Amino acid sequence: MNIKTRYHEEIEVSKEDIIYFGSGIPGFPEDKEFINLPLGMDSSFSILQSINNEELGFVIAEPFSFFKEYEFDLDESVITQLKIKDKTDIIIYSIVTLGDSLATSTVNLQAPIIINKRESLGKQAILNTDKYHTKHVLATKKQMGQEG
Amino acid sequence: MLVLTRRRNESVILNENIEITILEIDGDQVKVGIKAPKEVEILRKEIMVKIEEENMNALKGNHDLKKFF
Repeated sequence: MNIKTRYHEEIEVSKEDIIYFGSGIPGFPEDKEFINLPLGMDSSFSILQSINNEELGFVIAEPFSFFKEYEFDLDESVITQLKIKDKTDIIIYSIVTLGDSLATSTVNLQAPIIINKRESLGKQAILNTDKYHTKHVLATKKQMGQEG
Repeated sequence: MLVLTRRRNESVILNENIEITILEIDGDQVKVGIKAPKEVEILRKEIMVKIEEENMNALKGNHDLKKFF
């Protein structure tokens, strides 16, 4: 089927590529079906695009390429909801809030996007921690973990 | 909204398997204990609101991605 996207114009997607977010994404509970559209071949960035809502396209990034020491425990509720059996089945992304340039863009490390590839299930998990917040600056990644 | 009055050490039960107990009352602070199955997600509401706001922020503006990546 063809879908309209925020950044990639109209594209064709197949059912196998759809990731189901059972509770939507906080702020957007109605939209439950997304696809992950890469931005170029070797980029850490991609777009998490709703298949039903053209405007709902988030820039996401693999956080570990920027924040080497990023770590957290997954809540049992997330493991159950996403039917996670093996941690090699999951991919973790963070939503990026773009600024004027990449250097002033921020990454939400408090609410990682967890995707279980095997089951095609996804969720934005919310970490009950003060260690990470919603606006970690990409350029000063060394300051990760500090309040900002 | 259902409103119930509880004293210290009294509880309410939700859905048969979630128990919320008032543990301590100190001025305008109340300490609440929650017993729930592991799969039940428990969040402070202000964190949830913060995440919703940041998700809205992330969708603002009309960025030309070619300038970024």
